[in-house]
Amino acid sequence: MAISLDAVPRLWRLARLDYDPARQRPVLLYPEGAVLLNDTGRAILELVNGTRTVAQIAAELSERYQTDVTADVTDYLSHLAKRELIQ
Amino acid sequence: MTTERPTTLLAELTHRCPLHCPYCSNPLDLLRAESEIGTEDWKRVFTQARELGVLQLGLSGGEPLIRKDLEELAAHARSLGLYTTLVTSGLGLTRKRAEAFRAAGLEHVQVSVQDSDTASAERIAGVSSVKQKQAAIALVKELGFAFSINVVLHRANLDRIGEIIDLAASLDADRLELANTQYYGWGLKNRSALMPRREQVLRAKEIAEDRMQRYKGKMQIIFVLPDYFEELPKACYGGWGRYYIVVSPDGKALPCHGAYAIPSLELPSVREHSIHWIWHESSAFQAFRGDAWMKEPCRSCPRKTVDFGGCRCQALALTGDAANADPVCTLSPFRHLIDEALHEHAGADEYAYRDYTVEPQRA
Repeated sequence: MAISLDAVPRLWRLARLDYDPARQRPVLLYPEGAVLLNDTGRAILELVNGTRTVAQIAAELSERYQTDVTADVTDYLSHLAKRELIQ
Repeated sequence: MTTERPTTLLAELTHRCPLHCPYCSNPLDLLRAESEIGTEDWKRVFTQARELGVLQLGLSGGEPLIRKDLEELAAHARSLGLYTTLVTSGLGLTRKRAEAFRAAGLEHVQVSVQDSDTASAERIAGVSSVKQKQAAIALVKELGFAFSINVVLHRANLDRIGEIIDLAASLDADRLELANTQYYGWGLKNRSALMPRREQVLRAKEIAEDRMQRYKGKMQIIFVLPDYFEELPKACYGGWGRYYIVVSPDGKALPCHGAYAIPSLELPSVREHSIHWIWHESSAFQAFRGDAWMKEPCRSCPRKTVDFGGCRCQALALTGDAANADPVCTLSPFRHLIDEALHEHAGADEYAYRDYTVEPQRA
């Protein structure tokens, strides 16, 4: 199920956004697992703070990249929500 | 073939443990305290592992709290940025030590629970431990650690899986790992006392799936069907020498924690070699990496890049050759060994308990 634009996502309490110096990639760490991120993934997750809505995150990134990234943002967050890394 | 970077280091700091669980993942020959490597050795290993790409660290055992230097090791791991899990029975977790771990930046504590029924839990652990575990869990929650419960499932507790999940939820676990017993080492020795009936397993799976929905968003539940009840093998830790490094209490590096049992492996020591060398150069980590070692039916199988032929330790323990297909696979000529073992659920309930018991130090 796709995450709604009104939803206010936050990172799973057990997950930590970090940088992996060995792979030179941003990474989301959590018990027994890790997701290697690209810069777009990091940009999205850096805005996930439990107060912004999905719509606000999408608007901020659309402004930054000068193109409508709403579908990318909802897809990405829906994917992470399915894996319970976003709540 | 390009070699992946490892993601996970399991540091088996000691084989000493106050519990006697009959499915223990430690080898049958438990190492004595005198052979354990020192604090500086472990710190060097963590640093080298991090440089190579390790992201996750398990501080495990035995009971890791028996090591007096655990706080120092946890602090070092945190300074390197490793996501660290203390894998513990809970016995020996005093307030003083728990607070020291918090101050050291330890993030995640995983406590083992043997059963929801106290009498059964005490019998499985072979020692009275439930009260001490409850106290440890209360501390873990109070101090705000990320908190997982791990329960090893087998014939004696599988029928209570619903109660076990509800117990974990009532203890406010963030995460619950329901790990079906794996049959090598102690588990294999006790297989006929641990093996569940198929109906038990299927019913447990249904209950677990129902509870996953009920607790969604509150508690993450991980339940994997035991491989004996599957038709295809699992990729052992994502494949040999692909993601995982185990270091034993005496500093031997292994590609999985069961690999002690494979006598042909020459296990490299962190006392003599760097983690980089061990990962890239040692014969042990290359032995079953990739597919050049495979025999039929694996060699020509399209799933060889999915399951990598399954578990090498299981292949050795049951077929006598670690390079055979995992006998769980229905394409293996040895699958009948698994099917025969499934009938062992009618075996006696007596356990052969592991016996290297040392009370954790009281801080």
